[in-house]
Amino acid sequence: MSFWPYFGLKRGIKTTSWPSAKEQSPGITPGRPRSASNASSNATTQLCPTGALHPVETGVSVDLTHCIHCQRCRQGPHALPWEDDVAWTVNAGTALSPLGYRFRRSLHVRYIDAGACGACINEARLLDAPVYNLHRLGIFITASPRDADVLLVAGPITNAMCTAVRKAYSAMPHPKRVVGMGVCAINGGIFGENFACVGGLQKIVPVDLWIPGCPPPPLAILHGLLAVVGRTQCTTAEELP
Amino acid sequence: MSTCTQIQDWLGVQTGISSQAVAAQWLQLQIQASRLPELTAALVRDWQAEFATLLVEEEESAVDACLAVYYFFYLPRNGCLLEIQIRVQPGEELPAISETVHAADWHEREAEDLFGLRFTGHPFLGDFVLHDDNWPEGVAPMRHSFDGLHHPKVQKDSDTEWSPPQILREEGAIVFPVGPVWGDFHESGLWMLETPGEQIRYLHTRLFYKYRGVEKIAEGQTLDRALLLVERFSGAAAFAHAWAYCQAVERIGGCKVPARAQDLRLIFAELERIRHHAANIAEISGSTALAVAKAMAQDIVEDLLRLSARLCGHRYFFGVLTPGGLHHDLDPWRQNLLAETLPSLDARLHELEHLLKNSSSFLDRIEEMGTLSPELAQSYGVVGPIARASGRAIDLRLTLPYGAYATLAPTVPIAQEGDGYARLRIFFSEIHISAELILKTLHQISAGPVHTPCPTFEGRALAWVEAPSGATFHWVHCDAAGMVLRLRLGTPGFRNWHAFERAVENAAFQDFPIILATWGLSVAENDR
Ligand code: SF4
Ligand code: SF4
Repeated sequence: MSFWPYFGLKRGIKTTSWPSAKEQSPGITPGRPRSASNASSNATTQLCPTGALHPVETGVSVDLTHCIHCQRCRQGPHALPWEDDVAWTVNAGTALSPLGYRFRRSLHVRYIDAGACGACINEARLLDAPVYNLHRLGIFITASPRDADVLLVAGPITNAMCTAVRKAYSAMPHPKRVVGMGVCAINGGIFGENFACVGGLQKIVPVDLWIPGCPPPPLAILHGLLAVVGRTQCTTAEELP
Repeated sequence: MSTCTQIQDWLGVQTGISSQAVAAQWLQLQIQASRLPELTAALVRDWQAEFATLLVEEEESAVDACLAVYYFFYLPRNGCLLEIQIRVQPGEELPAISETVHAADWHEREAEDLFGLRFTGHPFLGDFVLHDDNWPEGVAPMRHSFDGLHHPKVQKDSDTEWSPPQILREEGAIVFPVGPVWGDFHESGLWMLETPGEQIRYLHTRLFYKYRGVEKIAEGQTLDRALLLVERFSGAAAFAHAWAYCQAVERIGGCKVPARAQDLRLIFAELERIRHHAANIAEISGSTALAVAKAMAQDIVEDLLRLSARLCGHRYFFGVLTPGGLHHDLDPWRQNLLAETLPSLDARLHELEHLLKNSSSFLDRIEEMGTLSPELAQSYGVVGPIARASGRAIDLRLTLPYGAYATLAPTVPIAQEGDGYARLRIFFSEIHISAELILKTLHQISAGPVHTPCPTFEGRALAWVEAPSGATFHWVHCDAAGMVLRLRLGTPGFRNWHAFERAVENAAFQDFPIILATWGLSVAENDR
């Protein structure tokens, strides 16, 4: 057993220097479609199965909160440009200010799986992998909502999980913030709203921030958690060309 | 095929049941409900038949319509698939087969919940897919008459109350709940541990907190949109599920997938298997508080995800498959990237395996832990790595070869102990075998197109894959316009969770998370 620390040290530092430096390792994000001033805007918008693309006067706009990363608009004659950034967080509308100075390096997060598929869960699990190491940013995962400042919820909010989400939210001390990760949490994603899914976290608790994506990669999740304390900035949900 | 002729003859002579071959190695038989228990028991006893899945379809959209019930079995020794069809009149019950085919137990419970179909002789414990405290009694959501858009009103009265079951009545005995929200990043589910103090005597699993009604909401959607659903209901095995679905659609359309697409499908599916198992290894290491090992495994998982994104644009293979082949080819540069990256990733996994196998205190925590004996594994009909760690040599890539596996068959590792350590070894062995298989396929990959147009007809078909966690059977029924009439997702998770309870009995309390990790089961895949 004594060899583990040795192997740990031998591996050296693996952690990304993001957000202080730009992170561009290939594959760290699947990327996302960007709006474009595209001549054939109708042909492009028809590629999208979820209605995330809209024809506008100047081209095609992308509604990130509806994009499920199906890649249908990625190649071919009517493709949109894709970009490898991770600043995906958008405001959800409670208009509460970021948590104050005292939370900047001590933010406790309670994660709840409200029907998420394995992909969102796996990306969240990687937050504490050495490459991302959320602890270096002063973010900690806590097992109890009573210790939590942030509720991070993934999945289309199944009916059977509503009570658990509500209870966790009300058990949290003030001030508290709620972040929905993945398109499922925003509007049910591909599952939508139906007899088994509420289809949107804001229908049961007030939500401060959304992290779109299907799934959002770990850096996009970190971007969202840092936005809770004002260390990163939100972008707009619907991007116009 | 001679393989099905044998059983066809036996059926004719021994039971007087006639059957039609609908395809090579595929027999269809219509029988009376009363013959069911005797026939299925004989299939299992005399032919070592494996239960594949049970599915129900409602015939027309009137209230109280007839149900068509399909039981699928396959014979591992010769790869013959049996489809047993029974028509059930409104109000009629079917005899339960779960007494002899224990693997069908949860399937019968599910059909009762979702279709209101009763099985005579089944002890039905209530509260299964639809939770008693969240669902009105007697409403069956998979019926056409049920409106899939709205959750039915629940009257809050004594009927809808639910309390955890308790078997132990001795003094000091408690039911200790774990979940539905627990730990750091655990999936939601409720595990109720019954204990008189230190030792877990019984475990009751309450799943389906994540029931998203996927089979119901697929109905009425286009085949392409349903594919998006199939990819996303269990994202950790997205490619495997999408592949089974595409094969069903291709079978209906009678479309022949180009050889290059078949090779690439195999490559991606095996890559997904490696990542799936590596993620399980990270969880196992984490559950025993072996931080460095967990970090090493997580690094490998992350690098595999990045590799996937570079190969096909998505870290979890979303948007890669389409009926008829793949959306995009793998260009020579990416082929090269894969051929160059994979050996080093596999070497890192070998290193991790070596370190873990030499950590005695780690082994102490997983050896003889969460054991599923070969007898129980057989009787519950568990599948995948869990089955292979408990002495069951089953793998659909070998027994019912599909795609490129007909010529590129993997070797299948087996262990007998059925404990946590056996499962860990199986995970590692399968990783190495998959890596080898990918490189071999890459080496001799076919040239040509990766997609062929797939026509749509009215039809229904079953298709299967060996997903990372085991045998998967998906059923698609669509109309001529390409609209889904019924989607059935027969998942390995649903199969294996059934047996999980048995592996926890008599374990010490603090070992529960470790056992859970060594099983590596997905709740999302079970709940659907
Ligand atoms: S990737 Fe997003 S925007 Fe593009 S077609 Fe798919 S869902 Fe629509
Ligand atoms: S947003 Fe996408 S990845 Fe996340 S849970 Fe939903 S389907 Fe899965």
